[in-house]
Amino acid sequence: MHSLSNRRGLGFWLQLGFTLLVCALLTVPMVMSMLAGLTANYFVGLKSGLTLRWVDEVLRVYSGTILLSLQIAFACLACTLVLGVPAAYALARRPGRFARLVEEMLMMPVAIPGLATALALIVTYGGVGDLRSSWLFILIGHVLFTLPFMVRAVLAVMGAIDLTTLEEGAASLGASFLRRFFTVVLPNCRSGILAGSLMVLTLSVGEFNLTWLLHTPLTKTLPVGLADSYASLRIEIGSAYTLVFFLMIVPSLILLQGLAKRGRPSV
Amino acid sequence: MPDSFHLDAVPIRLERCGKTFAGSARALEPLDLTIRGGETIVFLGPSGCGKTTTLRIIAGLESPDPGGRVLFGEEDVTALPIERRNVGMVFQSYALFPNMTVAENVAYGLKVRKLPRPERTRRVEEMLDLMHLGEFAGRRIDQLSGGQRQRVALARALVVKPRVLLLDEPLTALDAKLRDSLRLEIDRLLRGLGITAVYVTHDQGEAMALGDRIVVMAKGRVAQVGTPREIYYQPADGFVADFIGTMNRLGGSARGGTLSIGTASLPWSGPEGAVELLIRPEDLALAGEADGHLGGTVAAAVFLGDRTRLVVEPADGPALTVDAAGRSELGRGDRVWLRVDPARVLAVP
Repeated sequence: MHSLSNRRGLGFWLQLGFTLLVCALLTVPMVMSMLAGLTANYFVGLKSGLTLRWVDEVLRVYSGTILLSLQIAFACLACTLVLGVPAAYALARRPGRFARLVEEMLMMPVAIPGLATALALIVTYGGVGDLRSSWLFILIGHVLFTLPFMVRAVLAVMGAIDLTTLEEGAASLGASFLRRFFTVVLPNCRSGILAGSLMVLTLSVGEFNLTWLLHTPLTKTLPVGLADSYASLRIEIGSAYTLVFFLMIVPSLILLQGLAKRGRPSV
Repeated sequence: MPDSFHLDAVPIRLERCGKTFAGSARALEPLDLTIRGGETIVFLGPSGCGKTTTLRIIAGLESPDPGGRVLFGEEDVTALPIERRNVGMVFQSYALFPNMTVAENVAYGLKVRKLPRPERTRRVEEMLDLMHLGEFAGRRIDQLSGGQRQRVALARALVVKPRVLLLDEPLTALDAKLRDSLRLEIDRLLRGLGITAVYVTHDQGEAMALGDRIVVMAKGRVAQVGTPREIYYQPADGFVADFIGTMNRLGGSARGGTLSIGTASLPWSGPEGAVELLIRPEDLALAGEADGHLGGTVAAAVFLGDRTRLVVEPADGPALTVDAAGRSELGRGDRVWLRVDPARVLAVP
């Protein structure tokens, strides 16, 4: 007797083939790029041998940009957590036209091209003290750009659970507002906060449009350095740079995914 | 039930408690009500009648319109938010914390009250045992059935020894069979604890079974306050009569100590003039042609096991619902005679 699942029809193989094709389309360029960063001479090809020379060079010349990118990303995460989570909470608890309007307004920085936002920032705040030459200027841009993602991610989870009733339950047991917020609201929004954090970190580390306009020679981030190296150095160095970028971003992605799956925190 | 579970019986007094929500009609007309200590009072009514608003005013989740006061015993709690009223509350959706285990949920209120750990653990264990939840202490909420969740919600509300227990449609989310068994459990619990309890429901069966007194509400007003028997047998008006159980309405006229229904005349001591008569289905008896007061034809017969519910259409007037014996063989088209006991008839002018 043949069960249906044992007999894979043409449709199955077509679907599998298509899926693999799409995967290849997405991953082959990345693999090629990473390989290029490890090849002694790209124009000769792999037979010229593999080397870590380019990676070494990138770390020597561009380690400053890598550290600055990480610094900005984590500072950005801290800012969006402190600003975004309470903002999402306020929006979730206040249904009404005004709250929805604010929610839509929050998405504006995403809809407007980064270059325009950066230009606006420079025109408005470029002359304020030493801000223009400080890494904080880039941070401001990144917070502006990533905050909507944090708010949206947290808001989505807050909308899915019955936050009002959970809080009323906690209040009926004597819990003050702050206690409710930290023991009931935050733990139950954990998945949204983690998803938002993941977004913010990756968006900040990879952000180029805004940063390219906001940076100075002394405040170069990783993607800006990457553009630099592509434009002015050997392709192997640019590729090695990409490799370093991957090595940085992928473990943090996996780490955050793992955190999100690891079940609840101890209370 | 152990003595340590006996709770204080605090009376509740509502004085002119009304509620108007911004931009909408008044949800609750000013209400005066005294709930005796240890009493279980049930607010009953259709949705939108103001029963939940009243409960939320008692809880401290809503404040009454200016001029209204809520008193627990002698203490005026009107200005206190819910977290400072020391009430226990059970929500329709349970409102259990998904990020905590059963034991952590129950311990939450004790933690807030800063009870030392050994005492906390002891009281949580006691309460879980009382609610037959001991084996589920370490479970997460999403691993529990609906009935178990409801018992956790009760345990969590009661473990802090609240002054009053407030229950907002606690059984509505459960299926019928579970509802019956949990209703019995809640009844046993409330009697044993001696706590003042306020229970909100739209289910008249629940209200009759649990309430020492029932407050029937409609459109933001109290229609009647009384014991289940008073509400059932002496409804204050047509709304209460229709909302609780089944009620027949029959036109009649009373003059000089005689009540005329159709062609029959009965001795009468109620109000005079044209009256509307309210009669329960079980108070209409089947009779022979000689001693019957009303004749009619059976339009429908529904066998319910313990009784057969007949719909009888008289020659004129609205159809009547009559409860006959379960073994009655009457069916559609049969001619029947009904007897009315004037002592069991309620007349409204």
